[in-house]
This record gives sequence, structure tokens and C-alpha cells, in this order.
Amino acid sequence: MKKYLETYNNTHSVRINDIPVLTYDEFCLLAEELFSEQHKHCLSYHAIDSGKEICFFCIVADDSNGKIYIFSHRSAKPVPELISLSPKIEQLQIFEREITENFGIVFVGHPWNKPVRYSHNRHDTKQVMNNYPFFKIGGHEIHEVGVGPIHAGIIEPGHFRFICNGEKVLHLEIHLGYQHRGIENLFVNENEGLKRCVLSESIAGDTSVGNALAHCQLIESLSEFNAPEDLQIERCIALELERIAVHIGDTSALCADVGYQLGQVVCEALRTTIINTTQFWCGNRFGKGLVRPFGTNYPLKENTIAEIRKILSDSGERYFTVAERIYSLPSVLGRFDGIGAVTTDQAIRIGAVGMAARTCNVKRDIRATHPFQYYRKRRPEIVIQQTGDALARGVLRWFEAKESIKYIFDLLDKWEKIKKSTKPPVYNYKLKPESFAVSAVEGWRGEICHVAFTDANGEIVQYKIKDASMHNWFALALSVRNQEISDFPICNKSFNLSYCGHDL
Amino acid sequence: MIKEMKILKQHGIQFVPDLKEAVLTPLFRGRPVIKEDISKSEAEHIKKICPSDAIVTEGGFGIDLGKCVFCKECQFACPDKIKFTNDYKLSSNKRENLVVRKGYKEIKFDEQSIRPEIRKLFKNSLKLRQISAGGDNSCEFELNAAGNVNFDMGRYGIEFVASPRHADGIVITGPITENMAEALQICYDATPSPKIIVLVGTDAISGGMFKDSPALNRDFFNNHAVDLYIPGNPAHPLTFINAILALIGR
Repeated sequence: MKKYLETYNNTHSVRINDIPVLTYDEFCLLAEELFSEQHKHCLSYHAIDSGKEICFFCIVADDSNGKIYIFSHRSAKPVPELISLSPKIEQLQIFEREITENFGIVFVGHPWNKPVRYSHNRHDTKQVMNNYPFFKIGGHEIHEVGVGPIHAGIIEPGHFRFICNGEKVLHLEIHLGYQHRGIENLFVNENEGLKRCVLSESIAGDTSVGNALAHCQLIESLSEFNAPEDLQIERCIALELERIAVHIGDTSALCADVGYQLGQVVCEALRTTIINTTQFWCGNRFGKGLVRPFGTNYPLKENTIAEIRKILSDSGERYFTVAERIYSLPSVLGRFDGIGAVTTDQAIRIGAVGMAARTCNVKRDIRATHPFQYYRKRRPEIVIQQTGDALARGVLRWFEAKESIKYIFDLLDKWEKIKKSTKPPVYNYKLKPESFAVSAVEGWRGEICHVAFTDANGEIVQYKIKDASMHNWFALALSVRNQEISDFPICNKSFNLSYCGHDL
Repeated sequence: MIKEMKILKQHGIQFVPDLKEAVLTPLFRGRPVIKEDISKSEAEHIKKICPSDAIVTEGGFGIDLGKCVFCKECQFACPDKIKFTNDYKLSSNKRENLVVRKGYKEIKFDEQSIRPEIRKLFKNSLKLRQISAGGDNSCEFELNAAGNVNFDMGRYGIEFVASPRHADGIVITGPITENMAEALQICYDATPSPKIIVLVGTDAISGGMFKDSPALNRDFFNNHAVDLYIPGNPAHPLTFINAILALIGR
């Protein structure tokens, strides 16, 4: 008997009863065996409370063959102390912390089992935002710097605690949770399709399209529905437009942080042209309302296609010119080159995904390894950088935007040639009972993973969301070690991780 | 230098010359218009599909923009009677004025209830401190954009500042999470008086899609009066700028 269930991304759902249930010892052995290979990483590891018992589900993505492995463990309540997997499999640390926070399960040997987000339904309500157990270092010349939760700019809240020796950062601890809105539970309580869809667009506003797509794929998987080709193409175009817009916007912010004003204002204006194209298409600059289950309210039209082509060729050209200038200016390079480097080894060990992984020479991109929608038929080129520093994170954005623009042009050509299905969305869907589905999407930050479980009546009883930031916040913490504290803004901006996507 | 000149030339002029008269793309989801009477059965149907309970039926059919997430599904259900126009002027200083009813052609400001010190002190210079309290980042992006080269609200002396000590008021986005409630209060207290409170986005005004979540704490509004409500999901930079201009009397 197989110890795990094999499935693929964005395909049909599986029956919950088909997922093998292992003893905790077997569970640990299997996890160690799977994660010993670098091309496998954790998509999601979480626990759910089914009343009498706590069920643990581990979902592993295999980048070499596009498969997804699922295995589980069940334990009657109260759950005994469990041996922590984190010392051996570091990438699971955040997931074990989440399980401890939600259910009070003790993982013996976890080196860093601290609260993740102070969720409303956490197990231990004595733990509050104000008594976060920060790491301390003693010493004569050591001092601490606290930043946040409210930051100087217009961004989301989070607290950063630096331990410094002079100007040098020895350690950064990131304390999040301020954005926690209890969004996962709302997906369960709201049994109305439209509400869920609008909610998914609010998981992280800068990834509205990515999250809405992950949600719609999940619902479609649980309904055994295959999106028609034209709809798939439209969704991919929307996702790539989002990627291009954010990458250009981030280039602007990076320039602002190093005081290169020309780069800042030009990229600012270019981002505007891209998001206005999305607005031209669907009426919202962030693509809210564009991705819907089973159909769309905004099918592509001739004038939208013409607008997308015009803006992308014009703004693309302008972006490449300015990007080339930015990344050849000694004064800019001096601030990016070698700053905030994360090594390949670190990236693999913490389970970094998406852009953060690709800048460290780790080829993780769901579009290529576990393709969904039209990416299955036509794979985009995956951009890789080697150095893992702020420069790599800047340059990666430039090259990715270039690839995305090329990709959209290809898709538009294809779209014009195929038959159109054009159906409106459906919200009063019926889902398969006692099933489980996993949906992964490569948003601009990295992989987004949505997981849902249904009961005997086909109602969603558990909904889990994982943003790329869940893995990648740790990369930011590592990147500033031994850097000047003044380099933190550049490091933070170059990762541009999600607060609300993490806090949920 | 020559390369920079080339970039500047390519860049051209992005600046929106007139922020009050600029026209947005026809599909932009702005102020809805209710053209005809909505029957009881239609109203019930729309009320059922609305994801954020924005439909008012007491005192006639209406759409409460303080709750609306601008998904446009009510228009898709009743295309002959409801239409979302591209009018981005959506704001008011009075919460009840955000309810759109049949025949309404604009969202009204209540000039009488604007505190006199606001126009006296802030007309030519208004510095704001932004607080995201569970905001999904889209409203925050749009507030940043309000100051960028396209919209440049700095031309009116309106600016976001880094410290509440330098601010004349706070701008809140997000439904106010329990975990941010204390920080919000501290930031408000740190802002010198007289000061204004501006809510941006449907989440901030009513809790939006999160209004039923137990993870929120909106007690702040029990003790503090709001000076300006700016709906949107997210609020467009032009919506924000025009709302502030209306408040300070520019």
C-alpha cells in the first residue's frame, strides 16, 4: 500500500477517505524521506479539528514530475506531545508553529515555537500581541531597535525587532498578526459562492487575481469542472498583467529607497498604465471582479485586446529602457549589489518559494512545475538569478516582466484563433461530498495554495490558505544578518512580502 | 546623461492636469444610478445575492456605498434599472448620505456639519498619517498612488507624513482588526488636535466583507466621530483626492 496519495494541481478532487492515514512515527519517517530530496517542498502542512480528533495533512509538491503527494495522521483528543519535525526539516517550522497556536499541540524539540499570528480562535488566549517572546541577546554593546507595527510609509502593519551591534544587525525577528481578520473561517461560514469569491480577492489586495484564481480553481476542482480554453487564457493574461504591474511598481519603490528619482517616477507612471489596462478590461485597477468560477463577467473583447497590445508594447519598451539604465548605474548598483544575500542552501532549507527562491538559483515556479490553466499547454520561460541579493531580486523583476509581456502576446494570438465559450459565472454551485482539493497558483510573489475539505453534504468545512510569504518572511530575516541596519528598507522592499496574506 | 534625457523624453507628461474633471474608463465601477423603481421581488432577489449586505429596503430601495464592494452583480441581475457609472466622486462627511436611491445624481456633502476649524486650518495644507488596520493592501496602494506623478495631490498641499506628531489627521484603511485596535488608538492619541479622521475603503467604513468576523474590534468608533467617509474597493486615487478637496473646501 502506498503511504501517500498522488494527485496533480488543478485537477479533480480526491475523496478524503482515500488519503492514507499513518501513525505519527510513519508520518515522520515519510516526511523525512520525501523532504530529503531538494526538488520536493512543502505546499502546506496543517491540522484540522474534526470534533473527536485532530487530523494532520501534509501536502508535498514534487518539482521533478509535477505530482503532489498527500498523507495524513489522526490523533484522538487530547493529542499527546509529538516529536517536532522542524529540527530535521526546517521548512516545516512555520507550519508546526501554526498547529501549536491553533490547537495547543506540543511539538517536542521545536527550536522556535512562537505564535504565528495571534489568530482569534487560538488555543491559548493568554498569549497576546503585547507579550510576544522576543529573542534576546545579552552583551555590553548590544542594543535593540524596534520598528512598527505602524510604519513610516503607507504600508501594512508588522513589527520588526533588530538586535544590533553598532550599525550591524545580528538578528532580526519579525512579529506579525496585526492584520489577522479571521478570513479562513469566513470561507466556511459564508456558504454563498459570490461572497467567497469576493473574500478571496481581499486575502491580499495586491494579489487579487492570484488568490481569486486559486479559489476558483479549487471550487471548479470540487465540482469536476474543466475551464474552457478561452477562459483559461483570459485568466493567465490577467495573472500575468498583475505580475507585470507589481514588478514595475516594485522597481519604482526600490529606486525610491536608494534615492534614484528618475527611476522611481518613470516606473510609478508605467505601473499606472498597466493597472489602468486591467481597469479598462474589468473596471478595477487590481482586477477585482475579473476572475470568477465557471465563467466570467468580462470576456476579452476586440478593443480590450487592442488596448493590452498597445500598452504592453509601449510601456514594455519604456520599462526595459529605464530598467537597463537603473541596473547599469554605479550609484544604484552600489546600493543593491551584494546587499541582503540569501544563499541557495538557506533558501532550500527554509522552503523558500516563488521569486525569493528563484533569485537564489532554486527553480521553483508552479507555472512550470505544476502547471494550471493554460500554462499546461504553453509553459512560460522561468527566470533564474544566482546571487540571492537585492540586485538579483531587482533584476529578476525586470526579466520576469519581459517574459510575461512576451507570454501575453502569445496568448492573445492564440485566443483570437480559438472558439469562444463566453459563459457567465455560477455562484450556486454544488460541491462533491467528503472530498478534498488543493489548488496552487504562481502569483507574482510565489505560490499561493488553497485547500478545502467538504462534508457529507458537500459543504466546505475547512478552508486553508497559504501565501508565499508564509515561507519567505524567514528569508527576509536571514537576509539582513550582518548587514547595516540602514539596508533593511532595501531588503524589505526587494522581497515585498505580504502582511495580510500571512496574517489571514 | 543622454540616456536619462531619452528616458525623460519617452516618459512625456503623465500628469493628470485637472483632478476634478478627469474622466475614467467607461467600465470603472463608481457611483451607481438607480434608474427605475425596483419591484419588491427584484429587491429581495438583489438583497440575497449582494455579498456585503449593501442593499437597503427600508424607505425604498437603496444601495449603501459604505457597505458596497462594487462587484456589480446587482447590475448584472437588473441591467435595465441599476447602472454603475464611472463617476468617482463617491464620498461624504455624513454616513447616511452614502445610501444611493432612485434618481440620485450625486453623493451629497453636508456643508453645515463640517467643523469650522477644518477649513480654517487645513485648507492650504493638510498632512495625514495613514494607518492600515487589516487593510488588504489595495487601498494602501491607491493612497500611495494619490501622491505619485500621475495624481500628485501634493499640488494642493495634501501629503502623507511619517509620524502622527506631524499630522493633522489620520486616514484609516481596513476593517480594524482586534490585533491592531490598540496601535490605532495610540496613533490617534499621538496626533495633535485639532485633527480629522478619514475612513478609506468599504472595509474601514463598515467592516465590508469582514463585518461578521469576530477577529475585529471596532470600538474605536464608539468614542470618535468620523469626518469623512470614502467608499471603494479600493477607493480610486481620484475618489480620495476629490473627497479631501470637498472636505477642506478647495
